[in-house]
Amino acid sequence: MSLYRDEGVVLRTQKLGEADRIITLLTRANGRVRAVAKGVRRTKSKFGARLEPFTHADLQIYAGRSLDVVQQVETIASHGDAIAGDYGRYTAGTAMLETAERLTAEEKEPAVQQFLLLVGGLRTLAEGSHPPGLVLDSFLLRSLAVGGYAASFDDCARCGRVGPHPFFSVPAGGVVCASCRSAGAVTPAPETLGLLAALLTGDWAVADASDARHRREASGLTSAYLQWHLERGLRSLRLVERT
Amino acid sequence: MYEGVVQDLIDELGRLPGIGPKSAQRIAFHLLAADSTDVRRLAAVLVEVKDKVRFCRTCGNVAEGEQCRICSDTRRDLSKICVVEEPKDVVAIEKTREFRGRYHVLGGAISPIEGIGPDDLRVRELMTRLADGEVTELILATDPNLEGEATATYLARLVKPMGLRVTRLASGLPVGGDLEYADEVTLGRAFEGRRLLDV
Ligand SMILES: [Zn+2]
Repeated sequence: MSLYRDEGVVLRTQKLGEADRIITLLTRANGRVRAVAKGVRRTKSKFGARLEPFTHADLQIYAGRSLDVVQQVETIASHGDAIAGDYGRYTAGTAMLETAERLTAEEKEPAVQQFLLLVGGLRTLAEGSHPPGLVLDSFLLRSLAVGGYAASFDDCARCGRVGPHPFFSVPAGGVVCASCRSAGAVTPAPETLGLLAALLTGDWAVADASDARHRREASGLTSAYLQWHLERGLRSLRLVERT
Repeated sequence: MYEGVVQDLIDELGRLPGIGPKSAQRIAFHLLAADSTDVRRLAAVLVEVKDKVRFCRTCGNVAEGEQCRICSDTRRDLSKICVVEEPKDVVAIEKTREFRGRYHVLGGAISPIEGIGPDDLRVRELMTRLADGEVTELILATDPNLEGEATATYLARLVKPMGLRVTRLASGLPVGGDLEYADEVTLGRAFEGRRLLDV
């Protein structure tokens, strides 16, 4: 039995028994962790508010035999109000949390890049400096890239021939050239491919200037690409509000 | 593993919310050791509750008939509806005696990570109730946690074109808690000091 200290983002909370919650966290050093927070649903609890989804906190956790137990929590950044007060941000943010959970398949396997990506993504979302849908798609493309599924929007994803190429194939992992093109490949607008490339690299000037039609097409391709790489579909994705 | 019906009982109890395999086993053996009249009474209540209790067709609260006790009470103020997540929240607010209007039970909160969206809650039923123009104030008393806040945000925006007074319980309710655990005084105060929600 031992106590460990780590910082983490709350991904999900589930009710347990009368007044407890199981908190799923993505931590900096310990990857995805599940821990019990005792008594947090009682209104007298001191740290219930610090263990709400989206919160970035500094935690002390007791490593128990079956489940870990949260001992202390200090908030580093609480994005709750900024996110829950805007339905578009809330639904986009929830899809980010679910993606982070699903892309860290093993518990307690360090995933520091996913952690940093999530911390940055949630900060951007809460600040409201870019449309929530774009923040989400950028996060999805980047976390897939960190997970080993980087999409290519320039050179052919199959043979590497220098782009640009007009065809996009989800199974191939991005754009494909005319000779690598398979039956299921689609031909998105060139602006859509430009937007996707901007979202992957974080070129916000290009992304913010995009128009609604290309955003819609880009989010459709991003969702299809994400679902292809996850065994089960993402529950929250169909509920994301796209404006 | 136990034999036959004992294991069946443990399995059934283990399907209840908040009951793990160990608790299920403990309850099963408690029932085995208990007085037979006590167990029969429990069984009878379980059957009776499923036979008699329905959900109110107006507000979604538990009811023994078509309508719940509150919706059929003509002394209640028809100009106010208080939106809550669960029937047990109605009980908590009734205890404060601060509210004389009627309720609307959503059946939960919007939780995309659990796959629960507005269409999975009694949102459409709420909109129907608001359509006749009799209601002038909508009080959003969803839980003081992230999902409760997001659900309130969603509803406030949805009813905005109707021009109602939309209010949210005052802060002071500890964030992260369940509404049902708030004591009567705190909840009563939160009700009294409810603030206008402007989205
Ligand atoms: Zn009723």
